[in-house]
Amino acid sequence: MRYLPLTDADRSAMLSVIGAGSIDDLFADVPAEARLSAPIAGLPNHASEMAVERHMARLSANNVTAGSVPFFLGAGAYRHHVPASVDHLIQRGEFLTAYTPYQPEIAQGTLQVLFEFQTQVARLFGTDVANASLYDGSTACWEAIAMAGRITKRGKAVLSGGLHPHYVETARTMAKFTGDVLDTIAPELAAAPDDAALIARIDGETSCVVVQYPDILGRIPDLAAIAEATQAKGALLIAVVTEPVALGVLQSPGSLGADIVVGEGQSIGVGLQFGGPYLGLFGCREKYLRQIPGRLCGETVDADGKRGFVLTLSTREQHIRREKATSNICTNSGLCALAFSIHMTLLGGSGLSDMAKLSHAAARKTAAALTQIPGVTVVNTHYFNEFAITLPTDARQVVRALADRQVLGGVSLGRLYPQESALANGMVVAATECTTDEDIATLAAALKEVLA
Amino acid sequence: MNAINPTGWRPSMGENVPGAPVQTFTGNRGLQLEEALLFELGNADRSGVDFPETGSIDLSALGPMARTERPNLPGLSEPETVRHYTRLSRQNYAIDLGLFPLGSCTMKHNPRLDEKVARMPGFADVHPLQPVHTVQGALSVINELAFWLIELTGMHGVAMTPKAGAHGELCGLLCIRAALEAKGDPRTVILVPESAHGTNPATAAFAGFKVENIPATPDGRVDTAALIARLGPDVAGVMITNPNTCGLFERDLKIIADAVHAAGGYVYCDGANFNAIVGRVRPGDLGVDAMHINLHKTFSTPHGGGGPGSGPVVLSEALSPFGPLPFTARQKDGSVLLIEEEQAHEEQPQTFGRMCAFHGQMGMYTRALAYILSHGADGLRQVSGDAVLNANYVLRSLDDVLDAPFGASGPCMHEALFSDDGFAEGFSTNDLAKGLIDEGYHPMTVYFPLVVHGAMLVEPTETESKAGIDQFVGAMRSLAERARAGDELLKSAPHFAPRRRLDETLAARKPKLVWKED
Repeated sequence: MRYLPLTDADRSAMLSVIGAGSIDDLFADVPAEARLSAPIAGLPNHASEMAVERHMARLSANNVTAGSVPFFLGAGAYRHHVPASVDHLIQRGEFLTAYTPYQPEIAQGTLQVLFEFQTQVARLFGTDVANASLYDGSTACWEAIAMAGRITKRGKAVLSGGLHPHYVETARTMAKFTGDVLDTIAPELAAAPDDAALIARIDGETSCVVVQYPDILGRIPDLAAIAEATQAKGALLIAVVTEPVALGVLQSPGSLGADIVVGEGQSIGVGLQFGGPYLGLFGCREKYLRQIPGRLCGETVDADGKRGFVLTLSTREQHIRREKATSNICTNSGLCALAFSIHMTLLGGSGLSDMAKLSHAAARKTAAALTQIPGVTVVNTHYFNEFAITLPTDARQVVRALADRQVLGGVSLGRLYPQESALANGMVVAATECTTDEDIATLAAALKEVLA
Repeated sequence: MNAINPTGWRPSMGENVPGAPVQTFTGNRGLQLEEALLFELGNADRSGVDFPETGSIDLSALGPMARTERPNLPGLSEPETVRHYTRLSRQNYAIDLGLFPLGSCTMKHNPRLDEKVARMPGFADVHPLQPVHTVQGALSVINELAFWLIELTGMHGVAMTPKAGAHGELCGLLCIRAALEAKGDPRTVILVPESAHGTNPATAAFAGFKVENIPATPDGRVDTAALIARLGPDVAGVMITNPNTCGLFERDLKIIADAVHAAGGYVYCDGANFNAIVGRVRPGDLGVDAMHINLHKTFSTPHGGGGPGSGPVVLSEALSPFGPLPFTARQKDGSVLLIEEEQAHEEQPQTFGRMCAFHGQMGMYTRALAYILSHGADGLRQVSGDAVLNANYVLRSLDDVLDAPFGASGPCMHEALFSDDGFAEGFSTNDLAKGLIDEGYHPMTVYFPLVVHGAMLVEPTETESKAGIDQFVGAMRSLAERARAGDELLKSAPHFAPRRRLDETLAARKPKLVWKED
């Protein structure tokens, strides 16, 4: 077996040092009736690298890849171009095969990356501080709601109807068990987001208001107005960013008054990967530092006075605080944070801004082409790189018919909101700097044909 | 303290004196290279990505929230970027460099086939919300891995979506809560042995349970009598790690499980150490109701400097109906269905809901499946056998120079536990651990489990050669003797790492989490 270095001679020599007759003898503490005496029956035995690669390649070939067809899916996961050097660098063994940096003297590489990552995220979000990542955007969103509950000692979160439905469902699952109340506004296919309805729901019991920016339909809420109304009632504003590239051209949530900003970092450096692993981003005001979930990296000095970095404030965390920890999170998304950080370094402020403008331009062109089709209406007044359209028929069927024509045209709202029949004819369409004029023309032609 | 110096760090130590390390202008020492922070190197005008001209793009559709200034994020050209991260990478220890004996963390070799497979376009370049008929290959990977996990554990079902071990624990406990609520039997207490991973009590509290500790016996196992005596109508379940964090198999798990079930509760098994028994023991045969499997431990997906992980949870027949959305189901015609919210009322009406957006850690599923197929049923059995053999070899090669508190409790499983008993006055486990850094190894897990004073938990894993372990044992023996003899140089170790001991108190007292221009 190619991954096992011991030879039979090694095994015998080692067993004699131990004083055991066989490897099976080392499992003597397992009750005999639970001990298997041979490999589990009915399962295949070991296979060569070539055979495994062939099997996996066959499975891989049985998918329509985003890069092979005109592609317009978004709704929380976006296809952006990732420079080749990102994947090269994250595959360096010193990053890929390192552990969590609990021994800082021999983990300064990972630690400095985390410190730089935290700074990049804080600047992007406009927050004072950021953590070293969480699992993904949806779990980061729940962690923020839980944190707001701890800070305000209140138990009601008001959720915008523009919040990604998977994020709402994740929060709903958790709230069932923690006893928090979620006041969720029903989503609507309207030109503007539900800022006013949201503000009307805030009261003295409200711990936080959760707003996605841009929202699930691509609309752009006025965070400053919501922040003011939220904070006037002693609650916290949580802004959720599922497409961080938007912040290349939109004002940062922190600068507009958000107290906590969370997000999904996937679109920078990480790739689509069928939904995971992704990257939970988390930033907030400095005064809430000790309530932040997950790992934090901080600057310090070593015994010689040289600058160095360590994981810090771990008295918040499960391995120290056990049942009193701020979160049960242990493993985070370190390698995805590295990919995000490298891609962001390659972009810089000017590159991020350019990528955002090109994505926006592609979305505008797409919207212009789709509005020409009879029966298709663009819903949004404003948007970044994603917008909603209404169709004369159920969008699920349309998405399917487009896929049959080798076009991945968007995400139907029926898929996202199976219970909301009023949304069934809606669809969200996203474009990025990867979208070509030819892709747009092909989508428009295919949609026209499907609706004819 | 150091000032900002974009050309590297000049050491603040004194003049070159005989016997002291030679000082250099750059602070570098040969191949040991210092690296400035990104914010000292780059600026917002530099970029390593070429884009078409964007000056003429109409931004009016952004509306009133549009930015007026571009984000303050430093950029670097591609060569500078490659160099920055390559230089940083060289300040890390890694499995690729040597034995990584972190007990309970399972740092084994990461096969590169798995990396290649995860990057195949059919897995890496598909969107989670594509129409189901366009992602049949990706769904097959999830379904195939689910099949293996169920077979290897002898369980009824598996929840694939949890994103890491602790998220899997949460999934298991939420299944237990949902099952109890379905019976109209709301119980509030989860029993956790005091040797448990910190995530266990944290997760139970997060899921709304009250946590009660169960003591260990002097031989390092759960006190079965104390546990059974505590069972009652308020106990929702127990969380037991098996093999446990002392590196021992919990012989009484089946007896405990039967008692817990008889008292109306459920058994959660922390599967962090499943790598010790894979192919030899099926937790389903021991009465377990739920167990997470860290794909990044047992099935060798890379740790990546702290994640991403993946923590699928295998479930008993009693708990499977409550498992989370979404999940896959293979049809008779070979196609794979995806059960989401839309289909839930027919296919999984009692589900406790969704734990995250999308389908979990696809990139880890592909790697784990390639690893499992490479080993097969026979190879996985050899994996656990060699892991346990290597750990016992370490235990018996060191127990004359290091105290092994449970050395008489039978063979250890995949990890060997030592204490600091016998070190000279003022010498600690931390000193030995830092000495190990100078010897070119990552330290073992220290001060865990909490039940042993100055604990050192050593897990060599099955991917180490005998020669490699012999050298590690030699280093450990040398360090143990120095700690017993009170060698002062050990107290200031490491001497040869990129940094010496770091001031963690300063970091916590004056938190500096982001870079600011002075």
